[in-house]
Amino acid sequence: MSHILAILVENQSGVLTRVAGLFSRRGYNIDSLAVGQTHDPGVSRMTIVVDGDSRVIDQVVKQLDKLVDVIEVSDISGDEHLDRELVLIKVEAEPEVRGEIMQIVDIFRARIVDIGHHSLIIECTGDAGKIRAIENSLKPFGILELVRTGKIAMVRGQKYGEG
Amino acid sequence: MMTGAEIIVKSLEQEGVEVVFGYPGGAVIPLYDKLYDSPLKHILVRHEQAAAHAADGYARATGKTGVVIATSGPGATNLVTGIATAAMDSIPMVVFTGQVALPAIGRDSFQEADITGITLPIVKHSYLVRDVNELASTIRSAFYLASTGRQGPVLIDLPKDIQMAEAEFSYPQEVSFRGYRVPGEPNSAMVYQTAKKIGLSRRPVIYAGGGVISSGAAEEIIGLAEKTNTPVVTTLMGKGAIADDHPLSLGMVGMHGTYYANYAVSHCDLLIAVGARFSDRVTGNLDTFAPHAEIIHIDIDAAEIGKNVGVQCALQGDVKLVLQELQRRIEGKPQSEKWLEQIACWKEEHPLTYEQDGDEIKPQYVVEQISELTGGNAIVTTEVGQNQMWAAQYYKAKKPRCFISSGGLGTMGYGLPAAVGAQLGCPDQLVIDISGDGSFQMNLQELATIVQYQLPVKIVILNNGYLGMVRQWQELFHEKRYSQTELIPVPDFIKLAAAYGIKGLRVQRTEDVPSVLEEAIKYPGPVIVDCVVAKEENVFPMVPAGGSLTNMLGG
Repeated sequence: MSHILAILVENQSGVLTRVAGLFSRRGYNIDSLAVGQTHDPGVSRMTIVVDGDSRVIDQVVKQLDKLVDVIEVSDISGDEHLDRELVLIKVEAEPEVRGEIMQIVDIFRARIVDIGHHSLIIECTGDAGKIRAIENSLKPFGILELVRTGKIAMVRGQKYGEG
Repeated sequence: MMTGAEIIVKSLEQEGVEVVFGYPGGAVIPLYDKLYDSPLKHILVRHEQAAAHAADGYARATGKTGVVIATSGPGATNLVTGIATAAMDSIPMVVFTGQVALPAIGRDSFQEADITGITLPIVKHSYLVRDVNELASTIRSAFYLASTGRQGPVLIDLPKDIQMAEAEFSYPQEVSFRGYRVPGEPNSAMVYQTAKKIGLSRRPVIYAGGGVISSGAAEEIIGLAEKTNTPVVTTLMGKGAIADDHPLSLGMVGMHGTYYANYAVSHCDLLIAVGARFSDRVTGNLDTFAPHAEIIHIDIDAAEIGKNVGVQCALQGDVKLVLQELQRRIEGKPQSEKWLEQIACWKEEHPLTYEQDGDEIKPQYVVEQISELTGGNAIVTTEVGQNQMWAAQYYKAKKPRCFISSGGLGTMGYGLPAAVGAQLGCPDQLVIDISGDGSFQMNLQELATIVQYQLPVKIVILNNGYLGMVRQWQELFHEKRYSQTELIPVPDFIKLAAAYGIKGLRVQRTEDVPSVLEEAIKYPGPVIVDCVVAKEENVFPMVPAGGSLTNMLGG
């Protein structure tokens, strides 16, 4: 089963290597990884998606927690959370098909962010399912280039009437 | 203002460091220049690997943090085996490596190696110092990390220009980490539950590992064992946690453990693992390990709990504190009389033994004699292989920190430099390296260090002319196809001793063993005792790799 780990780390050189190295050294596979600075410039947040049974994930979390530069690790898969990926797709787009592509973009609530002579760049955010769907929808037009971020995720805020 | 090099030396003094082990080179010349005027004792080894092992041996013998210095590039890479050895056995160590100057990093400069990268999997933490103003706090943090929690090696990479740059020196007393916490007291509800389980058990066993030694909890282990009448098995790393001749001690468990230790673990209904990590050399086949037991795991490292073996009850914390708390909570004694009778029976019927036939010296006999002559009070270091297992089986250690051996990594060539470190840490104690002819040759250059510092280390070589443990496996599992395990010619160790100005004694007959060993022990300086032993003697009992603990060869 896929698990989403939210990891707060010291914003220092070498931290990514320590985290990634731990995964490969202990034989865990990273499905996706995203990292960036948080509102505290001294702290970065990593979102790592890793596949494994609960015993493996338990080990991953504990081993990560042992790294001195890791401030906090949590497996948020079990919590109510939002997750998003961002994709940029450069798709072949001669004038006669642009209308059709724009309809698809609308349906997915994506955006066209660049127009070239023969191509469009489409930006789309969403969960993995949505990203897969827009990619499939655009495939017939000819995808020239595609780049996607790893998943980022966040636990939802407490709602009124809870806890 | 002080230079970086001065700051390093002053910081070491502030940490109370008495001795450092190292070897100079281009990238640490500024540091060595400041060491020249310092009261710090620097031990010049003859190979950087030995500096790491000596610091490690010093740490194991004294409980203090070992300190190592080496230059950049090859100096640093030569440390790798020593750092890995310390990491696997959780030994506190701070390693200083020189590095090329900051502007030269990343340009494949002369003697440049990315040592923080290379050592990433084998350190507890590491630093590359980029600002001389952070040097003192980095050193403080390194010593704190190395010596707290689950101990281990920490590396500080020191670019040459940082050693020469200047900064104000003030040594911080406090450290602060956002992500590093030292576990202390255990959860008291869990302690209560554990105490109850122990009281209800009928066939309990304590399984004591290296964590008992590093947390200084030998007294607490013995206390728990005696209070609850629970027999104790130890791992290689846990040897000395309880005296080997204590009535409740069952000796070592695992691949070359005693018959009765392995049987006790395999038949117990409660296994109390303390500071141990269920290594494959202990458990054998995980599916048949302690099949009837509920397992309680006491460990400082949360990641060890449930790593190899599922446990029913986990107490995370400093082993010493957990055991103290546990003892306070224990009310009922287990009704274990029948169990102890059963164990006494196994002990009686299957003692640790070997055949003393013919005139050849049996290596086990040599170790037994060392044990008797020293009363188990000497510090014994070992190499790795058969010599190590015979030492573990037949040397009856009396106390903790007196059996020093590379457990996790199994590093040949460890024992001699470790003996150097142990002797420097404990100058008034008798230090004996129980060695094999193969392992000894892996770091024999350290004889020069022994002579330079007049260390009265006794080196007992169990000389069978083989890479013995591998030969044993080839004999048992590969139809005696001794592929590359005959180490001939064996050098003349007596002449070698003479070349270094060390006393050498050779013993070839069984009846001469006690007197020669006694002569060596009484001699005030270093001695090499070359024991020409039975060539194809095997270590028994033996659980073949991955087998069940009850399925022993030669039990």
